[in-house]
Amino acid sequence: MSQLVTSTSATGTRATRVLGLLAILVMLWVVIGGLVFTPQDVVQGESVRIMYVHVPSAWIAYLAFILTAVASASWLIGKKHSMGFDRFAGASAEVGVMFMAITLVTGSLWGRLTWGEFWQWDPRLTTTAFLFVTYLGYLAVRRLEGSAEQRARRSAIIALLAVLEIPLVHFSVVIWRSLHQGATVLNPSGDVKLDDLMLFTLFSGVVGFTLVFFWLVLHRQRTMLLLDVVNRRGLDTAIANRRAEGSTN
Amino acid sequence: MVSEVISFVDAVIAYDNFPAVAGATFSVDSGEIILLQGPNGAGKTTLLRACAGLLPIARGNATVLGVDLKSDRATVRSQVGLLGHSNGLYQDLTVAENIGFWSRLVGAGNEDIAQAMRLMGLSERLSAVKISNLSAGQRRRCALATLIVRRARLWLLDEPHAGLDAQGRDELDKTLRSARDAGATVVFASHEIDRAQALATRRLKVTSGVVSEA
Amino acid sequence: MSRPNNGRVFSAVLIKDLRIEFRSRVLMNQVLPFAGLVMIMFAFALDNDDVLQRVAGGLVWLATLFSSLIIIQRSFAVEAADQALDSLRVAGIDLAGVYFGKAIALTIKLIVLDFVLLVTAMLLYRVDLTGSGLVLLVTCVLGSTTGLGFVGTLYGGLTAGAKGRETLLPLLLLPVVAPVLIAATRATEAAFASGGAQTSEGWAWVGLLAVFAAVFGVGGSLAFGPLIDE
Repeated sequence: MSQLVTSTSATGTRATRVLGLLAILVMLWVVIGGLVFTPQDVVQGESVRIMYVHVPSAWIAYLAFILTAVASASWLIGKKHSMGFDRFAGASAEVGVMFMAITLVTGSLWGRLTWGEFWQWDPRLTTTAFLFVTYLGYLAVRRLEGSAEQRARRSAIIALLAVLEIPLVHFSVVIWRSLHQGATVLNPSGDVKLDDLMLFTLFSGVVGFTLVFFWLVLHRQRTMLLLDVVNRRGLDTAIANRRAEGSTN
Repeated sequence: MVSEVISFVDAVIAYDNFPAVAGATFSVDSGEIILLQGPNGAGKTTLLRACAGLLPIARGNATVLGVDLKSDRATVRSQVGLLGHSNGLYQDLTVAENIGFWSRLVGAGNEDIAQAMRLMGLSERLSAVKISNLSAGQRRRCALATLIVRRARLWLLDEPHAGLDAQGRDELDKTLRSARDAGATVVFASHEIDRAQALATRRLKVTSGVVSEA
Repeated sequence: MSRPNNGRVFSAVLIKDLRIEFRSRVLMNQVLPFAGLVMIMFAFALDNDDVLQRVAGGLVWLATLFSSLIIIQRSFAVEAADQALDSLRVAGIDLAGVYFGKAIALTIKLIVLDFVLLVTAMLLYRVDLTGSGLVLLVTCVLGSTTGLGFVGTLYGGLTAGAKGRETLLPLLLLPVVAPVLIAATRATEAAFASGGAQTSEGWAWVGLLAVFAAVFGVGGSLAFGPLIDE
């Protein structure tokens, strides 16, 4: 494992630098395009610009949790129980929780502007909020004391249980709302007529956020790897010390 | 029957970053009664827990009852009886109920319960007493009785003599010898040096996480 | 040497858990009074007979969830006190059997709890119950307590020995049981005919409760062992 870490001073590689540069370029366009070049919406006016942040971050949040689940399943199924999967699952969930928070904040701001309310008991919103809390729990489980393998096993199982849970939550909220309200509240973006430039900017946002996501996850899982390496080196030293102690007695 | 019950080669057992056992190379044959000798904190408890399939082997190799501890710790567990510092008893239940719980788990009969209690010197009168009302020594004997009910092939005992009165210690030594005669292997740690040396067929010295022949 | 088998482990653990409750009477002497107190506090807070009648179902199930946290903690405090669950693990006892035993014991305790809560609701909040409503209510209690028993045992086992378990258990458990809260509340409201709800509306929700219990019964029996293992 330690030979993987040749330059211990940084978590970047040539690939991540290229990825980071690409992310900056695309995001630069999203910022300029989203704030300057794209037109206002007929109904929503300037507030439609939140869409260029909100929709991509929601997409990333869900992508992150799917990737966490896939990585967790890979760790469980794989005979070798490769810790790389565990680190990727954890890194993806951490970054995903951040994007989920961005989604909830931008969504409620947007909701305030278009509906006049910060919050609606819309199934999609409610499920997103539950997903957020569920993955806060997942991160808490990752922080429980225990060996690295124990942590990987527990958190992988919790991630897969969340995959069982989220559809049940979503489904129950859907029928709950459909019984109590005639029509469900439409997501604000459903009301928006998008022209080509707006679509292109939204698409760029999705691409840009995806690049940022992977850049963050790669670096995060690399810091996790470094942490493991440090721990193992600590173990080597400790073994040597204890052996020395044992043979002098 | 595997003649080599335990075999460790350069095994390291670590809690997070602390190698409680920094290198153990030893083997135990069937029918032996092994005494682990060493000061507190030397790694005796860790070694016993690892043999029971409870702790992962960080480095080196280890097999118990022919099963590789690095790949399959689960199989080892059903054939091993570990008694640590805790007794694993339910405080709100009586002696008979605790032993009866284990006999129900493994499908043993009422005679097994009676025999286990007799061997451990737990009288009829004690059988209906809650664990929380027993002395430490009586609890220890009750815990040992659950091992007898389970018919474990390898007994791993951490300070089994602690808290027992003289009669209980004699009973324990007798039980361990008859268990050995019946084909079980015993590994135990004890500070009762004289008694333990009389009981043991061989000794292993554990010092600061290193295991060697005494 | 006889190999432990699932059914034996299940019944041994179930009997053991119920016997411990019978001996210590924690549910009887502490949890039930707490739950009753919560129901009275709801009445103080809402302070309106019509509102209470309307939301009785929701209050019953909220009180159930909060009380269940205490029962679950207790169920695993008993195991952790002298590392008894550890002994079962060490002995290689089938942990799916242990899981079902503990889950069904928990379910039985929750049924007792809900019986008391529902009677309290009928007395304090003046809700009425018809014959068909009673059938719906009983089915709803069975479905939701089974689901809660499965999920509670799973997450209770995970957090059993952990630092900060008192706060970790609610964080993990409450989001998962949201479907039970929603479905059981709607079914109970249908049974109580709160706000003019029809009994027939309740049965769809009971279906959801059954799906929930089945999903977590299967998932829990697979996950419990690996979750509590070292």
